[in-house]
Amino acid sequence: MPSTGKRTQASILPDSGHRRLPPGAIFKEAGLTAVVSLALLVPFVGFKIANRGGEQFLETRLPEVLIAAGLIFLGRIFLILVREGSLALPVAGGAVISVIGLFAPIPSAFIQAVAFTAGLVIIVRAAFMVFAARRRSSTGREFGNGFADGYRKALPWLASALIVFAFILPLMPFGERRTIDIAILVLTYIMLGWGLNIVVGLAGLLDLGYVAFYAVGAYSYALLASYFDFSFWVCLPLAGLFAGFFGIILGFPVLRLRGDYLAIVTLGFGEMIRVILLNWVSLTKGPDGVSGIPRPSFFGLEFKRYPAEGTESFHQFFGLDYSSLHRVVFLYYLILILALITNFFTRRIRTLPIGRAWEALREDEIACRSLGINPRNTKLSAFAIGAMFGGFAGAFFATRQGFVSPESFTFLESAIILAIVVLGGMGSQMGVVIAAVVLIGLPEYIRDLQEYRMLAFGAGMVLIMSWRPRGLLSQRDPTISLARAEGKTS
Amino acid sequence: MEYFLQQLINGLTLGAIYGLIAIGYTMVYGIIGMINFAHGEIYMIGAFISLISIMLLESLAGGSVIVALFVVLIVAMVLTSLYGWALERIAYRPLRSSPRLAALISAIGMSIALGNYIQLTQGARNKTLQPIVQGNLELMKRDDGFTVVLSYMQIGIIVTTIVLMAAFSLMIAKTSLGRAQRACEQDRTMASLLGVNVDRTISLTFVMGAALAAVAGFLVVLYYGVIDFYIGFLAGIKAFTAAVLGGIGSIPGAMLGGLLIGLIEAFWSGYFSIEYKDVAAFAILVLVLIFRPTGLLGRPEVEKV
Repeated sequence: MPSTGKRTQASILPDSGHRRLPPGAIFKEAGLTAVVSLALLVPFVGFKIANRGGEQFLETRLPEVLIAAGLIFLGRIFLILVREGSLALPVAGGAVISVIGLFAPIPSAFIQAVAFTAGLVIIVRAAFMVFAARRRSSTGREFGNGFADGYRKALPWLASALIVFAFILPLMPFGERRTIDIAILVLTYIMLGWGLNIVVGLAGLLDLGYVAFYAVGAYSYALLASYFDFSFWVCLPLAGLFAGFFGIILGFPVLRLRGDYLAIVTLGFGEMIRVILLNWVSLTKGPDGVSGIPRPSFFGLEFKRYPAEGTESFHQFFGLDYSSLHRVVFLYYLILILALITNFFTRRIRTLPIGRAWEALREDEIACRSLGINPRNTKLSAFAIGAMFGGFAGAFFATRQGFVSPESFTFLESAIILAIVVLGGMGSQMGVVIAAVVLIGLPEYIRDLQEYRMLAFGAGMVLIMSWRPRGLLSQRDPTISLARAEGKTS
Repeated sequence: MEYFLQQLINGLTLGAIYGLIAIGYTMVYGIIGMINFAHGEIYMIGAFISLISIMLLESLAGGSVIVALFVVLIVAMVLTSLYGWALERIAYRPLRSSPRLAALISAIGMSIALGNYIQLTQGARNKTLQPIVQGNLELMKRDDGFTVVLSYMQIGIIVTTIVLMAAFSLMIAKTSLGRAQRACEQDRTMASLLGVNVDRTISLTFVMGAALAAVAGFLVVLYYGVIDFYIGFLAGIKAFTAAVLGGIGSIPGAMLGGLLIGLIEAFWSGYFSIEYKDVAAFAILVLVLIFRPTGLLGRPEVEKV
């Protein structure tokens, strides 16, 4: 395939780049890219169907398209130069373009965004080239393996450090309200990621409808609390139980399907649950959602400034001044502990027979069947346990928001959770953490990008996958093996 | 009876559109064995390009309506195909030898990115089009005044679809490109050893699928007159359901599956409940997969160790 041919050509070291393309060829290639992107951009960037005062008309923005195509032309030339081994000029050019995009008083936000990203892409690509060249030249040994060994040794320390950091986060000077809110969000996704990791990473079942179990958990707490006045602590296990039960019901008919079929059916189930929540108005209040969901209490102590008659509130019991931060910090620790339980559970179950059966099933179903493992029950247990953790996370979501509506459980959520698992490297717990921080935490912090957030999110998924198809931290060794096998792949 | 006939007509129209989209899924799945998750978005892009070109032509004025629509159709097919080509180039080709899940995630990412690209550049509001093709045939009249109506637009949709499908089947069966596609579908390595340009064949497969999706988008704009950036998701899923129902990898299967999904949806909303019409399609899908995992016209897949 030609693409691999290019890759090997690109391995020339930066200082030995003799084999240069003639300028004509470079211009031709860049020109082709520019023409194609011009044709791609013209219909949507060049024209906009605008609505004003009930009227619909076309707005033209052709100068933007031309400038963008020009920038792409320039950027492509720099990228080719990077590929051909010269670094200084493209990096300088990329930096200049980026800086212009950031600071120059260009009226169009679109051009600014294009310029900034173009510059950034060039610089990152150049950095990557240097990195790759050094990796190849350093030792005869594959760089990746050395890294993996080091990583494996450092992992326990890294994990403990992260946990300690997570526990003292609210006490740190920067542990203000906003940071903790974002941390709660990231932890929720980490927990969901770890839950889905059981299904996708360990058992190898591609589930595109995980959000259904999240929804079941959230709604079972919301409904039990508003109809029967159950407290959060009673509902939490019930929510997990319900979600797990749903996992079994949904899993039973579909788990004989394989791969993509399973993916599409689970996607269908996820949508079905959402449509039912949306249309079963008498129970779920339909699109309006369930509001006024009670907040959790700290062993019966409420987080209210003025508690109800005869009860005591958290700040009164501990003799503190009332602060709305108490509840947020409490929620933070709650989700932290829930997530850690998920993680601990997963790590333990991996070494039990059932966990080993999951991993074996992922690697080779026929071999498993020959060895007497019942594939259906094994898959079903993975599905149900993954669903159960989704249910726990859902109950937490409901109590944190105080409000649930079907809108929170769209396919996009499933895609985000799956992306966290796969981008992190399937089966890797630490990968989930890193991916959740990158995908959820970072965009929350950079509020300026709000408009472009989902665009960047989607593009990021594509880029990370083409850069590391096995995920950021790919680790697919079986948890238990007889001897260290070299270069184990699927 | 009259009501039934009307739902049949509506269902066939809807099914024709699903069938056009489903072919894109089934061809890509047949040739590289994965779900082109962004195909629904390609259909949405086709609808938007059609609408923009219609508005552009309207503001420039001139020519007869039919010629103008034909021009719009060609423009939409060409530009959407370019999107299909770029999609394959950016999101799939680098991942062709990677784990399947990686390609799926990349496709989902592309689908999110494309949807948001349209939302950002065109705004989130509904875009509307005044009906261009008007008029209809009254087929039957019931005593209480209910008439069975077959609009010219519906005739147009069904005829366009039949013509395209015929041309398309001919292309797969007779041309050298079709032969190369069938060869790649059977064994990509062997095909490349025998001199088939695999990269080019796969690219052209995406281009053809995108062109058909563009036709579907064009027809939807004219038929319903309302689109937004979100239409790709549901239509994409249903078309994929159609492809699976018919037997994925089989082109007649995709057409059959599209028609069935359209009919099921029309009858379900006509006789049971319109809210749960999306559930109906998925329920059928689950039932088919349980009792006939290869779909209606699919070849059984033998799993080898």
